[in-house]
Amino acid sequence: MSTPVIAVRDVVNRFGAQVVHDGVSFEVQPGEIFGIVGGSGSGKSVLLKTMLGLRRPDAGSVVVEGRDITAMDERELRAIKRRYGVTFQHGALFTSLTVAENIILPMAESLTLDELSYRRLVELRLRMVGLPLEAAAKYPAQLSGGMVKRAALARALALDPTILFLDEPTAGLDPIAATAFDDLVLYLRDTLHLTIVMVTHDLDTLMRTCDRVAVLVDRRVIVDTLETIVDYDHPWIRHYFHGARGRAMGAGPGDARGA
Amino acid sequence: MQFTARYDRAAARLELAGECRMDDAPALARALGELRAAPPAALMVGVAGAQLRDIGPAWLLHAAIGELRAAGAGVELDGPPPGHFAYFEELLAQDAGAWPDAAKPTVEERLAAVGRGIRQRLRSWYEELVFGGRLIESAAVAWRSVKRLRIPSVVRHMHETGVQAIPVVAIIAILISVISAYIGAQQLRPFGAEIFTVDLVAIGVLRELGVLLTAIMVAGRTGSAYAAELGVMKLNDEVDALESMGMNPYEVLVLPRVVALVLVMPLLTIVADAMGLAGGALLTSYLLDLPWPQFVMRLDAAIADTTFWAGLVKAPVFGLLIALTGTLRGLQVRESSRELGRLTTVAVVQSIFLVIFADALFAIFFLEIDF
Repeated sequence: MSTPVIAVRDVVNRFGAQVVHDGVSFEVQPGEIFGIVGGSGSGKSVLLKTMLGLRRPDAGSVVVEGRDITAMDERELRAIKRRYGVTFQHGALFTSLTVAENIILPMAESLTLDELSYRRLVELRLRMVGLPLEAAAKYPAQLSGGMVKRAALARALALDPTILFLDEPTAGLDPIAATAFDDLVLYLRDTLHLTIVMVTHDLDTLMRTCDRVAVLVDRRVIVDTLETIVDYDHPWIRHYFHGARGRAMGAGPGDARGA
Repeated sequence: MQFTARYDRAAARLELAGECRMDDAPALARALGELRAAPPAALMVGVAGAQLRDIGPAWLLHAAIGELRAAGAGVELDGPPPGHFAYFEELLAQDAGAWPDAAKPTVEERLAAVGRGIRQRLRSWYEELVFGGRLIESAAVAWRSVKRLRIPSVVRHMHETGVQAIPVVAIIAILISVISAYIGAQQLRPFGAEIFTVDLVAIGVLRELGVLLTAIMVAGRTGSAYAAELGVMKLNDEVDALESMGMNPYEVLVLPRVVALVLVMPLLTIVADAMGLAGGALLTSYLLDLPWPQFVMRLDAAIADTTFWAGLVKAPVFGLLIALTGTLRGLQVRESSRELGRLTTVAVVQSIFLVIFADALFAIFFLEIDF
């Protein structure tokens, strides 16, 4: 196995007396799409924030590209964060800026380029995520839900990250837009060899895109490929994959993937 | 190896070397800028020694080459084409439409913009009318049955806008009376009339400064809070949720806030008056060596029976103006958080303006009736 891009080791997170994670460990390999699932309140968002360096865990470490981000100072952490691209559940586009300005913002923060170069790079990111160029001049409020998600991804890609974090990328999208977004994620991984960590509730997305899945149950994590994890003998996992929704889509990840 | 990009005009050669990441985009863009400034008839791009790892810079190079080729120049790559170029061809094969044109607006568009402005103004007036009407309606309902006036909600808002504002209002009142006492004492001393400093402070604070500064403070504190609270609720569809449950948002959200502020403003004004007089007394005893009992005697002589009331009757009116402006602007928020910020600012600015304007009307009115 190659060196992992992200290694989460024995992470403990607690809020007061409430323990959210009690010794969570897993590794994300380069070029894989890694899904994180779990029930509401199981700490998916907290885990994501810990991996992003937005929250220091109460114990344990997060090693990104061989370096422990939990032991870093602010300046080093900022440098690491430049390798990250992040999209948030509701897009988190800046509402007072146009889409083009949203994409330029992270670039302008660290690189000084001429107008033409910025414009060309905006065109690149829009084309990469499949948005029409005319979207560049629009404000987030003028975009549809699917377009907001794409614009958010375009902004996340602005600095050519090596690791992409997607928080509920397909939540709130209609099935057609969600499928298109899945295709886009797969395409980016295949052409750009990005490592993608995805928190999702969407079983379709999970089946179609993720190579391996981490399931957060009982304050711990179970990591395996989808094929194996659906047969795990744990009540929550059984409910999750074999409940009404899982069955409705033919349950077996093999069929869904082959389709 | 550090990335370098060098354009040699004489040799018509762009030489790239080293590993190029997104951080190196400025270096590449500079070289490409030189290239654009003096385009050659035929260009050789040396890419053999370079690894264009990130897509961004590779795209910039690709775009520059495309531009030269479109202009009729021959461009050759010396070395294997960078890995991302195949991906770019794929991207460019997809139709992404044209850039939105930022052309100058035509006369018609300008006229349309004027029309839109007028329509917006009319709409805002209409909304203000609706707001007033629905508020009066729910006030009438609450008047008939006290149960419909949400007492717990009113009390909560009184606590937030009144009790919690006491410290800042008190400090402002002390400071402003100290300032006016200081200036008054200094100006009146040459005439030997320092004792009238007490009159100045007492009448100034009781009639005008106490209530006016309290109102401005409350406009900044509460007017903005009302607008922001209601604006966020609007953005979260909470107002629609209320309405869908058969509740009247004017009754639930607007009326308690308005009632609370109308009740609280006079109380805050009394606090401000008391603290202002205390501050005046403190400073006169220090500046003029005027002992407390004498201050009180002079105070008694200085103010008429109506002085205190002339300030206090304005308080509920100011409270009403601030609460109405704040809640109205809050309910006008739609679409984006940008609107929220704009309307919160509008709420504060307008409520302060209205308060001062109303104060001027009061001054004229009191003068006419000799109050």
